[in-house]
Amino acid sequence: MPKRTDLKSILILGSGPIVIGQAAEFDYSGTQAVRALREEGYRVILVNSNPATIMTDPDLADATYIEPITPEWVERVIAKEKPDAILPTMGGQTALNVALELHDSGVLERYGVELIGANARAIRMAEDRSQFAQAMRRIGLKLPHGGFAKSLDEALRIVESTDYPAIIRPSFTLGGTGGGIAYNRAEFEEQVRRGLDLSPVHEVLVDRSVIGWKEFELEVMRDHADNVVIICSIENFDPMGVHTGDSVTVAPAQTLSDVEYQAMRDAAIAIIREIGVEAGGCNVQFAVNPADGELLVVEMNPRVSRSSALASKATGYPIARIGAKLAVGYSLDELPNAITGTTPASFEPVLDYVVVKFPRFAFEKFPAADATLGVQMKAVGESMAIGRTFKQAWQKAIRALEIGRMGWETGKTPAEDRLKDDTAATLRAALRRPTPERYFQIRRALVAGWSIEEVAELTNIDPWFLAQLRQLVDAEREFAALADPTADDVRRMKRLGFADAQMGALRGESETAARERRWALGVRPVFNTVDTCAGEFPAKTPYLYSTYGDENESERSDRRKVVILGSGPIRIGQGVEFDYCCVQAALALREAGFETIMVNSNPETNSTDFDVSDKLYFEPLTLEDVLEIVHLEQPEGVIVQLGGQTPLKLAEGLQANGVRILGTSVEAIDRAEDRERFEALARELGIRQPPNGLATSVDQAAEIASRIGYPVLLRPSYVLGGRGMEIVYDEAGLRGYFERAVSVSHDRPVLIDRFLEDAFEADVDALCDGETVVIGGVMQHIEEAGIHSGDSACVLPPYMLGDRQVEEMREHTRRFALALGVVGLINVQYAILDGVVYVLEVNPRASRTVPFVSKATGVPLARIAARLMGGESLASFGLPEQIPVGGVAVKEAVFPFNKLPEVDPLLGPEMRSTGEAMGFDDSFGMAFAKAQISAGMSLPQSGTAIITVNDPDKATVTPIARRLHDMGFRVMATEGTARYLRARGVPCDRVFKVNEGRPNMVDHIITGDVALLVNTPLGKQSQYDDYATRRAAIQYGVPYVTTMSAASAAADAISALRSRERTVRSIQERTGGLVKTKPA
Amino acid sequence: MAQSALLMLEDGRVFRGESYGAAGEAFGEVVFNTSMTGYQEVLTDPSYTGQLVAMTYPLIGNYGVNAQDQESAGPCAAGFIVHEASPIYSNWRAEESLHDYLARTGVVAITGVDTRALTRHIRSLGAMRGALAPGHTDPDALLERIRAQAQMEGLDLATGVSTPERYVVPAEGDRRWRVTAYDFGVKSHSLQLLAQRGCEVTVIPAATPAEEIVAARPDGLFVSNGPGDPEAVGHALETIRGLADEDVPVFGICLGHQLIGRAFGASTYKLLYGHRGGNHPVRRLSDGAVEITAQNHGFAVRGDENGIPGAPALRATHMNLNDGTVEGLEHRERAVFSVQYHPESAPGPHDSRYLFDRFVDEMARRGAGGERGA
Repeated sequence: MPKRTDLKSILILGSGPIVIGQAAEFDYSGTQAVRALREEGYRVILVNSNPATIMTDPDLADATYIEPITPEWVERVIAKEKPDAILPTMGGQTALNVALELHDSGVLERYGVELIGANARAIRMAEDRSQFAQAMRRIGLKLPHGGFAKSLDEALRIVESTDYPAIIRPSFTLGGTGGGIAYNRAEFEEQVRRGLDLSPVHEVLVDRSVIGWKEFELEVMRDHADNVVIICSIENFDPMGVHTGDSVTVAPAQTLSDVEYQAMRDAAIAIIREIGVEAGGCNVQFAVNPADGELLVVEMNPRVSRSSALASKATGYPIARIGAKLAVGYSLDELPNAITGTTPASFEPVLDYVVVKFPRFAFEKFPAADATLGVQMKAVGESMAIGRTFKQAWQKAIRALEIGRMGWETGKTPAEDRLKDDTAATLRAALRRPTPERYFQIRRALVAGWSIEEVAELTNIDPWFLAQLRQLVDAEREFAALADPTADDVRRMKRLGFADAQMGALRGESETAARERRWALGVRPVFNTVDTCAGEFPAKTPYLYSTYGDENESERSDRRKVVILGSGPIRIGQGVEFDYCCVQAALALREAGFETIMVNSNPETNSTDFDVSDKLYFEPLTLEDVLEIVHLEQPEGVIVQLGGQTPLKLAEGLQANGVRILGTSVEAIDRAEDRERFEALARELGIRQPPNGLATSVDQAAEIASRIGYPVLLRPSYVLGGRGMEIVYDEAGLRGYFERAVSVSHDRPVLIDRFLEDAFEADVDALCDGETVVIGGVMQHIEEAGIHSGDSACVLPPYMLGDRQVEEMREHTRRFALALGVVGLINVQYAILDGVVYVLEVNPRASRTVPFVSKATGVPLARIAARLMGGESLASFGLPEQIPVGGVAVKEAVFPFNKLPEVDPLLGPEMRSTGEAMGFDDSFGMAFAKAQISAGMSLPQSGTAIITVNDPDKATVTPIARRLHDMGFRVMATEGTARYLRARGVPCDRVFKVNEGRPNMVDHIITGDVALLVNTPLGKQSQYDDYATRRAAIQYGVPYVTTMSAASAAADAISALRSRERTVRSIQERTGGLVKTKPA
Repeated sequence: MAQSALLMLEDGRVFRGESYGAAGEAFGEVVFNTSMTGYQEVLTDPSYTGQLVAMTYPLIGNYGVNAQDQESAGPCAAGFIVHEASPIYSNWRAEESLHDYLARTGVVAITGVDTRALTRHIRSLGAMRGALAPGHTDPDALLERIRAQAQMEGLDLATGVSTPERYVVPAEGDRRWRVTAYDFGVKSHSLQLLAQRGCEVTVIPAATPAEEIVAARPDGLFVSNGPGDPEAVGHALETIRGLADEDVPVFGICLGHQLIGRAFGASTYKLLYGHRGGNHPVRRLSDGAVEITAQNHGFAVRGDENGIPGAPALRATHMNLNDGTVEGLEHRERAVFSVQYHPESAPGPHDSRYLFDRFVDEMARRGAGGERGA
């Protein structure tokens, strides 16, 4: 069946900000879908509120709406664009839910919009757990028994039959939000209550526990002609009970015989047909009883997913791209296999390698959070590795995680492996509980000689995996004992995936010595191709991974070539923004005629789409792995400044090995990042800094702090995302910081800055070619100083700064860029206090805000930066002196607090946001309102506002309270605040604090009486009060602000929502003539 | 430490590894199979007789071996080539490790081979003769012996693997049909699928005289898969024509398909490296549907969608979407049909098992005594 000609325009919904459970994989799939449909000649309209995405690049879709993905706002886009169809399957649960709501409310019918890919009936049958259960019964498949409950009583009746442990899954929530395992009645009641609250339909599923069963997943595709293929099978290393997103997963399945695999395949095919996904992909999860093979269906997602992105990368089969083509009518056999080019897409990929995915967590950011892994996802990112064996892929995937382990290594202390001591009893107890460190605890057990059976019994991990791991332990022991390893010995270790650093450590050598030994023995990796067909047909697309086999398949071309280093797993502080920059660079340098070579290990992202660059190496970003690629490819240079800290920290090592770093020099990077050298630079340029110092001991720190005056900001040097950053107000606080959080020494100095209280902060992004500078944008932070820049909302252009200060910051930025000889991007952070501009830090690299600025201005900063690094001059791009912004753009951060119920949602100098949303409009108020809606904080237009603030904030909050009152809000305040407000003529009612009586603030929040909560920390004595109140707000979805500046902005936004017309405009309309990077 | 071993190809290329399974030497045609699961079924598929089979999936032996997944009485492949043999097996049905099974049944195997390099070699140069031998074997002498082996072309291996005596597989449940099955290396799954559909299957040796079979007037004739060059197999052609003339349904798989082709005048040829795996897309011409099929063949019937040269009575029913080779045939007037791939699919996907239903339906239509409509 050829493509449909009755459709002319298609709306694609993105997934919005990155949150736990919904990350960059939907940028990858959405981008593929946009490309796939545009190349068929359809007009493609896109809605996504996440500016850090490739899909929202202005030249990707025909019309790109950076607007909230909610029924209300998407309806406005529909009303304006009148699309013929919506493809709802590319934007995760967010897109699916919005599409379903638009269908149910009749909007789609009213505008004559068709759902393609998956229709409303199929979506509902897959999503509604009771309908799904009925569907499975019809085709003779079993689910973990249990039932649905709309109340606690119902749930308690069901659990009588399932017994404990029982699994609680709220209906229609993202990434298992609110799900849990209950081992007793108390836990059960608590989790059911939470689940009912979190479920938009107030329903939970109570499942029979299949904890410890084997877990599998199949990725399935179906076309309109009812052809069905399985793209990939995945087996989880961690058994049932750990969310797939938090599990180590392996492709293909390892421990199923063909009979069992085919039974699973038959089931998956029956499911996609019964659910009625007409054209596209789905994934199906299964649980298998290891004792007798009983097969249960766990769930099915009628859309692309994290797993489908992984499967696409694992097999070379682009599921989203093909899915989009199927949705417009093609059948699988009409589409080519993009890798071979000669065979059709109607086949099932076969692998001749093993893929291992490892989750990446951020518990170091949330010390209060419970690190036990369960049915609710907690990972923030993942790495993937490809090897010829499980062992090779396993070690590479760990190496790619960048968690300080060069492979499957145990920590130096038990604490590093989440063990309180090194006794067998502690280890035994730990192995029963899945945590991010359990993989390393297993190594401790195997090294100690525990049997596979014993470890399997404790962990429920299949003995097959454990036997593989034991081979690693055995190999280490043998290698360490060798007198003089031969080339064969070294090659054997490399085939097992050991890094040079690990091999060196085994023999008491440095990584460099180990590498030199290996090179001297002539042991180098070869690169094999991911070809979808296990070598049966030649592959046209160079998608490569390293291994230590007989034949190298990666041929060096004679073209000019550039290696771009990606940013590895997504983590807090290093998100999809950096992947965006790397992809932009690949595209721009391809345009400029370079062969672009991408290196990255993150399966979620666009950079690891083999279509993005000329060559893709799916490899860990370590010095060893990059050196081998460079050795083979001999590029003109390597780009390290776009992928965040990951590539940046390789720069020095690469240069030491004779590799040319393109753009800003390693020396300049060091000058900006080394605090002492930077201070000298700022002084030389006459640019003011907050008083500061560098301490290598606690006493020195105290001495510096008393000299520059408290409060001071403390942070370890060379850290990412504000890790270990804290503000202290006195010496006791300072000493406490060193006792609790951070060690200090000559090798690990700590930076001390005077903390500028109540200062505004600003970020400037700029381009420089070494001779001229263009300022991309000046962004003002909404939260005051002390909140990490990544966690603060910001606005472009600045809305409360004077022209003089803005001009001063532009000028400072120019001088820094030229003094450092920046070629590419530079980001400078400033604080403004009492009209005085201070520089906080200079980052001669791509910043988190680059995509945001690019979307707001239409100037593709990262693309231009890449071209500058390729040797072009800024002048050739014809950028204006002042780059205009197409309205007011607000960026708001998004936090994982709803996934981590133990964590206080207060903001501070340590970054904790996972993603960002952008609001784009003509006024600050409306732009801020849109950003809040997109960040999941739907500001009210009326109702009750509870205000409870600390003393210093009382003056600031008064005009805000007055505005709320004037707009018709009922203002309630706690005693002190209420008295203060009343005295200044703001009518308000008193509300009890938690410990003052009932009903108190939390009661009001739970009852649903509260529309807005304004709460700033009240000091130590009421910490619990504050915490309980904020947690309640999160749990019950009440919009809340914890800073005065955010409260003021919220008032502006509420005012805009009440008075202004709500409109949508595409970024193409807003930014008009996008600056082209294509050669004229 | 395991014993070193080597794989040598007739063009002199050597792959080194370690001995696995039985020690010793094995000669045969080196082919690769891309199925990620099903090594036991592959090993016991008689169509691999005379072949050294390399699995492209690198980890083999993970789930062990069991009694139910045998496709014949024991291993048929001449030798087995893997990248990495699993140290243990883990599966609730497993009874024995693959290593022990191979050693017990005398199958010479090698592990530690870069099977991808081997696959790419065969893909570009074609399936070729080779040998597995202990690592210290003199290469020149071994090469000479490899080159002294017979080529696969012109080799009748099917007669050799056929059952020496006829035997009967009873129908499961009520017997509805009597089917005669030519055994050229039949897989137990084919017989099982027939039995499940009410067929009492009489499995007969390859050399059974045609008149004997025709005279017995079975309700249907099944022509099995099998190893070797179809051009070298003289049996069955006359029987196929004879029973077809009597309007008895005839169903052939793989070698059986090639023999049905030859019976009506088609010719066969050797593919460069054949099709062996479980992911080959095949288009069913009647409705355009795509079946994902299990395949294991080195020869094919000449022809295309427009016709089968030399066999005007036949038409193509299925085509391979990867390389356009003929995957299915049917007679324009008689109830004779066949597929090149393996609808019994063990190992492999179950997309094509409807063909067994079709065979039974054809018998049912005739069971009523009616003539088949044009």
